[in-house]
Amino acid sequence: MTDVIAGAVPAAKSLIEPDARTRARNAAERRFRMMGIAAILIGLLALVTLLASVLGNGLSAFRQTYIEMAIPLDAAVLDKAGDRDPEKLAKVTTLGYGKLIEASLEQMLADRGVDTKGQTAKQLMGLLSKEAASDLRQMVLAKPDLIGTTVTFPALANGRVDGFFKGRVTMESAARDSNISPEQLEVAVLMKEAGVIKTSVNWAFLTNPDASELRPESAGLGVAILGSAYMMVIVLVLSLPIGVAASIYLEELAPKNRWTDIIEINIANLAAVPSIVFGILALALFINFLGLPQSAPVVGGLVLTLMTLPTIIIATRASLKAVPPSIRDAALGVGASKMQSIFHHVLPLAMPGILTGTILGLARALGESAPLLLIGMVAFVKDYPSSPPEGFFDPASALPVQVYSWTQRADPAFAERASGAIIVLLVFLMTMNALAIVLRRRFERRW
Amino acid sequence: MTFLKFSVSAVALCAMAGVAEARDNLQIAGSSTVLPYATIVAEAFGENTDFATPVVEGGGSGAGRKKLCEGVGENTIDIANSSSRIKQSDIDECKTNGVTDIMEVRIGYDGIVFATAASGPAFALTPTDVFLAIGAKVAKDGALVDNTAKQWAEVNAALPAQDILAFIPGTKHGTREVFDTKVLLEGCKATGAYDLHLAASTGADDDAKKKEAETACFETRTDGASVDIDGDYTETLARMDANPTAMGVFGLSFYENNTAKLQVATMSGVTPSVETIASGEYPVSRPLYMYVKKQHIGVIPGLKEYVQFFVSDDMVGPEGELTQYGLVPDPELAATQAAVEAETVMGPLE
Repeated sequence: MTDVIAGAVPAAKSLIEPDARTRARNAAERRFRMMGIAAILIGLLALVTLLASVLGNGLSAFRQTYIEMAIPLDAAVLDKAGDRDPEKLAKVTTLGYGKLIEASLEQMLADRGVDTKGQTAKQLMGLLSKEAASDLRQMVLAKPDLIGTTVTFPALANGRVDGFFKGRVTMESAARDSNISPEQLEVAVLMKEAGVIKTSVNWAFLTNPDASELRPESAGLGVAILGSAYMMVIVLVLSLPIGVAASIYLEELAPKNRWTDIIEINIANLAAVPSIVFGILALALFINFLGLPQSAPVVGGLVLTLMTLPTIIIATRASLKAVPPSIRDAALGVGASKMQSIFHHVLPLAMPGILTGTILGLARALGESAPLLLIGMVAFVKDYPSSPPEGFFDPASALPVQVYSWTQRADPAFAERASGAIIVLLVFLMTMNALAIVLRRRFERRW
Repeated sequence: MTFLKFSVSAVALCAMAGVAEARDNLQIAGSSTVLPYATIVAEAFGENTDFATPVVEGGGSGAGRKKLCEGVGENTIDIANSSSRIKQSDIDECKTNGVTDIMEVRIGYDGIVFATAASGPAFALTPTDVFLAIGAKVAKDGALVDNTAKQWAEVNAALPAQDILAFIPGTKHGTREVFDTKVLLEGCKATGAYDLHLAASTGADDDAKKKEAETACFETRTDGASVDIDGDYTETLARMDANPTAMGVFGLSFYENNTAKLQVATMSGVTPSVETIASGEYPVSRPLYMYVKKQHIGVIPGLKEYVQFFVSDDMVGPEGELTQYGLVPDPELAATQAAVEAETVMGPLE
């Protein structure tokens, strides 16, 4: 501008041709845009890498190799007394069932003409999971009428055999592996050709409980999903009413003074407290002082409630604030009481925001693992918790801590399971976040 | 306000249910080395008996013993798994909290092995080699000098010319104690460094001097050739994937599950295996224990049965499930079984 004033005759400026300063400003904007795009690309790259590694490792957990065979359930072995008495049937342990399976396997391989390459019966049994005998036993105990008949039984294949058909185990690695030999895998290939070995969708991964190191192939997320669900129920039932009640009081009824300011600041502080601190609190308060059981969803639910409350209170207050005062004034003006104006007008209008905040809070609680480490939920839990409310007090696991404990197992097959569990957890989280977005889009109102 | 009423009644209902119900599953916590063995036994126990499957937690030997000593009652654990022997301080703490009757059950032995990537050259180690490679100070011409060895070949000409990088268990691990006493100290003594440390020590009496010299022997290099791993063996394995020339310290059972990736080094010419460790030929091993709260027997259903099941021949005998998984059987198993049968409480530590 100074040039214009200083110059006696202002230089003729083209409106079409940008001058040097305009070009510099345009270039600066372009650079800034590029930086923004680069930032997004870096973020996307991180996401893609994460998803690729998790999906690459974990998708195979959703398929499982089975060895299908016909097993004659010999009454002479399983029910010596012949009276189908459940107590006597339970006396036959998995060892007894294992022998039955071994005989059937040999018989079937001979019938189908599969070359066993000189492998002994014990080595052939190595192709099967140790879980097979237990599955068969449970099947028979649940339905004693099966004794005396021949059942078609899909036995789980050993984790190494399963890994071989998924490409995780190779002949080369098997040669060095003390748990499987290349000869055993060759027999497995022949069995696959004969149609005995099949690979199918692994629903058991979602329903089975955890399993020990000896049988990674049967490990599933059943107990963890139940435990997480129980905890979410507790979190929802406790944190939604408490959080909404606290916000309504603070936002609509409380006088604005130093005390409410202090409370407000502390709620914001609470939202920023690291989650492990809540775990320490839960251990001291709920387990050591109140005497609640260890590893129980009720304790996990309570600690996650404490964690979720600030999130819900902050979201609820924000959405109550967003309801214009004219609506309150109009309600009060036609003679509604304060409570009527809140419950008939303000709260319904704020509900979408409250629900969105609640779902996001729940999603955060679902993925939380640190506080659960301290209250004994990172444990080997094989039995399903019973149905609520007793089940809240039974030991259970949770999805994120199941991932943690599987990554620490020695058998490489558990690495696949851990990635599979991450996929399941991500699916739950994405569903919840998507639900929150849909709710917001559909019901949010702007004034 | 219906929400509030509902939640209050729900909490009340839960609380009543909790009071009415007694714990019917065992609670076990402790060593992450014993954890896989304990889960295998727990699984088989739940499967083949009428009792509930025990809940097994890791967390470390020390943490498990501490939990055991928190007191007697339903919300305390029943068994602590431990990869090192209980300490007098634990026993004292137990006493103050009313845990007076503890049964010590030795379940077997765990071998500690040195392994390198399966793709690299094989190693034949001795404690001397390991000490010369990763000890902080070594003896040279009658004096203690900082360890500057770069390659294994410098330590012992028979070893491969490969950079020294060892991932060893961190100090909070029970495994480290065995590594210190059975490998580093042996090497320290054999190379004369121990005597030099002893001569240089300023302890008040002979015992203090010995202790000081031992502690000096346990020190490892801080220049990056020796790395403490505070996590599990899976972390060591992951670090070795990233550094294929590194050497890692593992438990025998972990190694046996990962033989596709790892090859084991011999120690003084002996290949570690369940047999060589049981016979005592392979020197680096340690006993594993369960500490059972006897006051809970008869209160928590299945406690004695679980311990009996654990020490049965089917599990920890020479042909047992755990032995096949990598646990080294205890030659004195029969005495342990008898002690469990009689519910013998452990005596004072000698």
